[in-house]
Amino acid sequence: MDVVDHHQNQETTGDIAPGDNNTTLLSGIQSYTIGLLLAVLMTAGSFWAVQAHVIWGPAVPIALIVLAISQMGVHLAFFLHLTSAPDNTNNILALAFGILIVFLVVVGSLWIMAHLDNRMVPMDQLMQMQR
Amino acid sequence: MSTAAAKGLPDEAHGHDGAAGHGSGGPANTRTVVSYGFWLFILSDIVLFSAVFATYAVLSGRTAGGPSGKDLFDLRNVAIETGCLLLSSFTCGIMSLVSDAKRPMQTYLAAAVTFALGAAFLYLELNEFIDMADHGAGPDRSAFLSAFFTLVGLHGTHVTFGLIWLVVMMAQIATRGFRPTTMWRLHCFALFWHALDIIWIAVFTIVYLMGVL
Amino acid sequence: MLGKLTWDAIPFNDPIPFFTGIGIIVGMISILSLVTIKRWWPYLWNEWITTVDHKKLGVMYVLLSLVMLLRGFVDALMMRSQQAIAAGGAQGFLPPEHYDQVFSAHGTIMIFFVAMTFMIGLINFIVPLQLGERDVAFPVLNSTSFWLTASAVLLINMSLFIGVFSRATWLAYPPLSELQYSPDTGVDYYLWALQISGVGTLLTGINFLATILKMRAPGMNYFRMPIFCWTALASSLLIVAAFPISTATWGMLLLDRYAGMHFFTNDMGGNPMMYMNLIWAWGHPEVYILVLPAFGVFSEVIATFSGKPLFGYRSMVVATLAICILSFIVWLHHFFTMGAGADVNGFFGIMTMIIAVPTGVKVFNWLFTMYGGQVRMTVPMLWSIGFIITFVIGGMTGVLLAVPPADFMLHNSLFLVAHFHNVIIGGVLFGAFAGYNYWFPKAFGFTLDERLGKASFWCWLIGFYLAFVPLYILGFKGATRRMQHYDNTDWQPLMLVAAFGAFVILCGIGFIILQLVWSIYTREKRRDLTGDPWNGRTLEWAVPSPAPAYNFAILPDIETTDAFSEMKKHDQTSIPVPPGGYQPIHMPRNSANGFFTAFFTVVFGFSMIWHIWWLAIVGFAGIFITYLALAWRSDEGYEIPAAEVARMEAAGRKGVKA
Repeated sequence: MDVVDHHQNQETTGDIAPGDNNTTLLSGIQSYTIGLLLAVLMTAGSFWAVQAHVIWGPAVPIALIVLAISQMGVHLAFFLHLTSAPDNTNNILALAFGILIVFLVVVGSLWIMAHLDNRMVPMDQLMQMQR
Repeated sequence: MSTAAAKGLPDEAHGHDGAAGHGSGGPANTRTVVSYGFWLFILSDIVLFSAVFATYAVLSGRTAGGPSGKDLFDLRNVAIETGCLLLSSFTCGIMSLVSDAKRPMQTYLAAAVTFALGAAFLYLELNEFIDMADHGAGPDRSAFLSAFFTLVGLHGTHVTFGLIWLVVMMAQIATRGFRPTTMWRLHCFALFWHALDIIWIAVFTIVYLMGVL
Repeated sequence: MLGKLTWDAIPFNDPIPFFTGIGIIVGMISILSLVTIKRWWPYLWNEWITTVDHKKLGVMYVLLSLVMLLRGFVDALMMRSQQAIAAGGAQGFLPPEHYDQVFSAHGTIMIFFVAMTFMIGLINFIVPLQLGERDVAFPVLNSTSFWLTASAVLLINMSLFIGVFSRATWLAYPPLSELQYSPDTGVDYYLWALQISGVGTLLTGINFLATILKMRAPGMNYFRMPIFCWTALASSLLIVAAFPISTATWGMLLLDRYAGMHFFTNDMGGNPMMYMNLIWAWGHPEVYILVLPAFGVFSEVIATFSGKPLFGYRSMVVATLAICILSFIVWLHHFFTMGAGADVNGFFGIMTMIIAVPTGVKVFNWLFTMYGGQVRMTVPMLWSIGFIITFVIGGMTGVLLAVPPADFMLHNSLFLVAHFHNVIIGGVLFGAFAGYNYWFPKAFGFTLDERLGKASFWCWLIGFYLAFVPLYILGFKGATRRMQHYDNTDWQPLMLVAAFGAFVILCGIGFIILQLVWSIYTREKRRDLTGDPWNGRTLEWAVPSPAPAYNFAILPDIETTDAFSEMKKHDQTSIPVPPGGYQPIHMPRNSANGFFTAFFTVVFGFSMIWHIWWLAIVGFAGIFITYLALAWRSDEGYEIPAAEVARMEAAGRKGVKA
C-alpha cells in the first residue's frame, strides 16, 4: 500500500463510518433505487398537495411537513445508510443531538418571536413614535 | 494488523469483540475517523441552516409592501430543480458504489451525470434569482426577500462548492487512482451531496410550497 | 484601489490609540529583529509555527491567551479609572466614542481571545494525554484552527491603529451595529474577526469530538474517561452545535451591512429582535463552552490534591451532560425585558433555575472529594477552593437574575456586570490558572514557583472582591452598565474601591508574569524528573515530563478510572514495555498549511473590512489554493524507529528509579 495510516493501531473498533454499509454492487443499486422511488413519490405528493386543492386547506401545511420529514427519513436510510445497528450508534447519537438542537433553535425562536410580535410595537412604528 | 485493515476499508472495520459501537477497542481506522469528523461538520452545517430557516420563518411575512412568495414563486421551475437534485443524489450514490468497486470509467460517468444535474440545478436557481431581481424583487427590497435570497442562496453556494469539490475529486482519481485517502474523501463528498439534498427538501417545502399557500 | 482605506484611518489626533499602536508596532519590530539576529527563525518555524503536535498547539493557545489577557485588562483598567473619575460634572480622560470602543473591545477580547482561547489550549494539551492517544484526529486541521484564532487576534489589534473598533458592545446589537448608525469600519473589524475565529473554533470542536469519541486507547470505556475529558466532550458538543448559529447570525448582519439587506434593520420589515434571539441562542451555550472545561480542571485538581478518587464520578458525568443539553433551553433569560409574555419568561426563568441543580451537584461532589482526604494546599488547589466559594456566590446572584421580575429591576445594571464577572473570573479564569499551574510541569518539565503562585492567587481573589462587590451594591442603587460618566456623586466612593480592586488584580497579573520568569530562571532546581510531580491519578502523569512528541511509547491498556493511580498501586510508575520491546511509531509531519491559510485569511478579512475588493479576491483565492495544496499533498508522515523510541524513553525517565 502506498499510503501508511498513522492512526491505524493494533485493533479496530466496531464503529463504522457514517454512510458506509457492506453491500455488493447489485444490492447497493437496489437500495438506491428503492430510495429514489420513495423520494420521488413523496416529493410528487408534496407538490400535488399544494396544487390539487383536494386536501382541506388548513391541513395542507401539516401534510407537507409530514411528507418532508418522512422523505428526510428515506434519504437517511437509503442514501446515507443509517441503521440502528450497534456499529452505527455514534453516528445516530450525533445525528440525534443535531436534530435536538435544530428543534430547540427553530421552535424556541418561533415561540419567542411570535410572543414579541404580538406584544411589541413594530420597530418602524416605534421609531416614528420617538421622532 | 492485516494489510486490508491498513487500507482502512469499511469491511475491515468490524472485528474486535466487545467493542462494537463504543469505540473502546482502541483507535478507530482512519476512514471511520475522517468520515465521522465530516459527519459532525455536516451536522454543524445543518444547525447553521436551521438558524437561517428560523430567520426566514420569522421574516417571511414581512414584505414591506413588496411582492410576496405567492407573487414570485414558479412551482414548475422548483419541481424541475427538485428533480435535478434528487436524481443527482441518486447518481452520486451510484458513483459511490462503482468507485468502491474501483471501476474508473463508470465512476467518471456517474460523476459527470451528477455534475451535470447539479449544474442544471444551479442554472435554474440563478435564472430565478436574476429574474426576480430584474422585476424589482432583489434581496434589498424587503426583509422577506433578504431572507429568501440568503436561505436559498446559501444552499446554492453549498451546491457550487460541491461541484468544485467533485471536479477536484475526479482529478485526484485520474492522477492517483483509487487510493484510500482519495476514497474516503470521495465518501465525504457523497455524505455532503446527500445532505444537501436533505436540506433542499426543507427548502422546497418551507420556502416554496408553503410560500404559495 | 484601497477601498475605504485612507490616511484618515490612522488616529494621529488621538494620543492613546496612536501611541499604543506605535508601541505595539515598535515592540513587534524589535521582537522580529531579535529573532532574526539570534537566528531563531528555523527553530521557530520548525518547532512551533508549522507544528501539528497538539501539545505545542496547546502551549501556543495559552500563550496567546495570556498576551490577550494583558490587552483586555488594560481596557478594564481604563474603564475602572474612567468611572472612578467621571462623577458629577467631571468627564474623565476617555471621550464617549473612545470609551465605547474600550468596553466593546474588553468584552470581545476577554471572552473570545482570553477565556475561550485558554480553555481550548488546555483541551488541546491534555485530552489526548489523558485518553492514551498519540495525537488528535486531525492534526493539520488543528494547526489551522490555532492559526485562524491568531489571525482573528491580529485583525482585532489592527483596529487599534488602522481605523476604529466597534462601539456596539461585545455582541454588536442591531440596529446600533447596522450601517445607518455605525457607518465606520469598527463593526466590520468585530464581525470579520469573530467569523474567522469562529471557523477556527468550530473546527476545534469537530476535531476534539472525533478525538474523544474515536481515538481512545484500548479499554478506555466512556466511564473510564477522566472528568476533564468528559467536560471537553460536552464543551466540544456545544461548540459544534452553537457556533454555526453565531456564524449564521453574524453572516446575516454582514449581509445587512455589505449587501443592503434588511434582516435586522428598522425599516423594510427587518427585525432587530431576531438578532438578540439568535445571538443568545449561541451566547448562552458559549458560557458553558467556557466553564465546563474549567469544571473539568477543578475535578482533576481536587481529586489529585485530596489523594482520593473523585466523589460521585457518575453523577459528575450526568451533571455535565445535563448542563450540556439544558444550556440550550435558557437563552431568553438574557432578554427577559424585551417584551415576551409571561409564558415565555416563566418557562425560561424556570429552566435557568433548573440548570443550577446539576451545577450544585458538582459543588457537593468537589466538597465531598475533599472531605476525609489528605488535602494539600498547593497553588492549583488554592485556585480551586477560591473558585468554589466565588462561583457559588456568582451562581446565587445568577439564580436571582433568573427570576424575571427581579431581572426587570436589575437588567443592564452594574449588578449584572458583577454577576457575570463573578462567574467568568471566579469560574473560567480561576480554572484556567489552576490548570496552568497544575499541567505546566507536564508541558515544560519543571514546576512553577509556589510562593509567587500563591501571591498571584491572593491578589486575584482579594482584588476580585474589592472590584466587584462594590458593583453589586451600585447595581442595587441603580447604576447602569457602560456609563462614560454619571451625575450622582454618591456612587463615586464605591467606584473608587472598585478601581482599587482592579489595581490589586493588576498585582496578581504581575505575580503571574514574575512567577513564570522566575521559574524559568530557576528551572534547573525545579526539574520534574519523575513525570509525576503531584502524585497524579490520570494517564498524563504516566509519561515523562515534558511529554515526548508521540505521547505514549506503548499504548496503555486501561482497566479502571484513574488509570495511573491503579498502576501505582501495583508499583508501576510507567506503562510496562511488552516483551517484544518498543515498536516504531508513526507520526504526522509538520505542515505550514495552517499558517498559510491564516495568512491569506488575514489578507481576505482586512480587505473585506476596508472594501478592497480585488485584494479580497486575492486572499480568497489564496485560501482556496492552500486548501488544494493540502488535498494534493501525499504526506505519509514519518516513522520514529524503535531504537530511537527506546532512547527517548530512557532519556525522559532518567529520574525514575527502576
